Amino acid sequence: MSDLFDTFLDWSYIAEVFPDLLRTGLWNTLTLACSSALLGTVLGLGLALMGLSRHRWLRWPARVYTDVFRGLPAIVTILLVGQGLTVVARPVVGTNPYPLGILALSLIAAAYVGEIFRAGIQSVDRGQSEAARALGMTHTATMTRVLIPQGVRRVLPALVNQFIALVKDSSLVYFLGLLTSQRDLFRIGQDAAANSGNLSPLVAAGLVYLAITVPLTHVVNHIDRRLREGRPVRGGDTLAEFEPARG
Amino acid sequence: MPSSSLRVADLHLSFGDLEVLRGVDLVVPRGSTTCVIGPSGSGKSTLLRAINQLERPSRGDVLLDGLSVIGTDPDLLRRRVGMVFQQFNLFPHRTVLDNLVLPLRSVLRLSKSAAHERALRYLTDVGVADKAPYRPTALSGGQRQRVAIARALAMEPDLMLFDEATSALDPELVKGVLGLMTGLSESGMTMVVVTHEMGFARSVADQVAFMDQGQVVEAGPPSSVFGAPESSRLRRFLDQVL
Repeated sequence: MSDLFDTFLDWSYIAEVFPDLLRTGLWNTLTLACSSALLGTVLGLGLALMGLSRHRWLRWPARVYTDVFRGLPAIVTILLVGQGLTVVARPVVGTNPYPLGILALSLIAAAYVGEIFRAGIQSVDRGQSEAARALGMTHTATMTRVLIPQGVRRVLPALVNQFIALVKDSSLVYFLGLLTSQRDLFRIGQDAAANSGNLSPLVAAGLVYLAITVPLTHVVNHIDRRLREGRPVRGGDTLAEFEPARG
Repeated sequence: MPSSSLRVADLHLSFGDLEVLRGVDLVVPRGSTTCVIGPSGSGKSTLLRAINQLERPSRGDVLLDGLSVIGTDPDLLRRRVGMVFQQFNLFPHRTVLDNLVLPLRSVLRLSKSAAHERALRYLTDVGVADKAPYRPTALSGGQRQRVAIARALAMEPDLMLFDEATSALDPELVKGVLGLMTGLSESGMTMVVVTHEMGFARSVADQVAFMDQGQVVEAGPPSSVFGAPESSRLRRFLDQVL
């Protein structure tokens, strides 16, 4: 039993690796996750709009893209993009694996985010677009001023979930080869574990991941509850109207 | 108040195999109010939606001031035609004021101050100016429908379409909204009102059109439609609702 304890929770190893995890790993992991989230959200919104288009030649590519990038294991995409595109990327970004790693993570995230946005926008009551069109608003104005603002609010919980997935998947850029200063949480924990022959540093890395992801899941629950139960804003105003229309 | 005459000629419309409109003819003179009555599924709402091109007719024509609206830019047409829905369809993510300001800015390209000024004026007209800063969910059904009417009127349309505007309201709120519509009718707005409120049709309409199975079966002044119905279908319908 104490052997098991020593393997996973040896305090000296954990204390040794923690400064590195916080100083280097946390920053790098968050850089990867946040950059990919940003780019993935922009691409995803584009994909959603293509998917909702009246034109088949816009819907089709979006459909194929989504199928491909949702269907591939993340590691396959990361290796194909991160290694395969180096020829093109090297003159621009040098040997830094981050830009291509972020691109790969964004491409994957976009496929999921696109589907989330599409579902959110489609779930807005038909009466909303009819009212906007009946007032003479163009298709574009109806989309940007009426449907997207409502659709996006509804899918906030799903988007946060997607961000959690990105935090975890960012560890896969490890396969692209990282310099000491480029190491993310996982890689730092993994290196220390390999050097010491003890898994405690990896446990420490895991704890930092949890410190990011667990609060986020509570954020999701909080938003979810607010959307469901309504939230007093001004004059008893609630967000309950973002539930599907009744009757 | 500027207003248009409306003519619907031999209008056909199908959803797949289902023929919803089967040759509708209707003339609504400038400044008059026509109430469309009939059993559910008779095509009343579809007729309204075809007039402002929310649905595309398969045959026939809709003429506004003698000009066909088929083939004209639907966005331009809809600036001239206001529509009020049974479910209000206010924008829940915007305040009451912004519900009016949004189309004024986006469609009519009014300046911010002009849009605010006009929005408040119309909210005042329908009696809900004090609700301007609130979200629609904070309002009663009657207040919401007043806002929806103000939103349509603020665009200063030539023709107003009402699609069962009071059907979703609690009984005690119906009267106020009907009163508002009566005032609008008396002010000379051209109106087509799909309604189940026979009292309103009888007292306010210049013309009542009875629709059944995708056609206008009988149309005329309320006195003759309610007083001396010619077709057996209309008689049967009136027996059921009156």
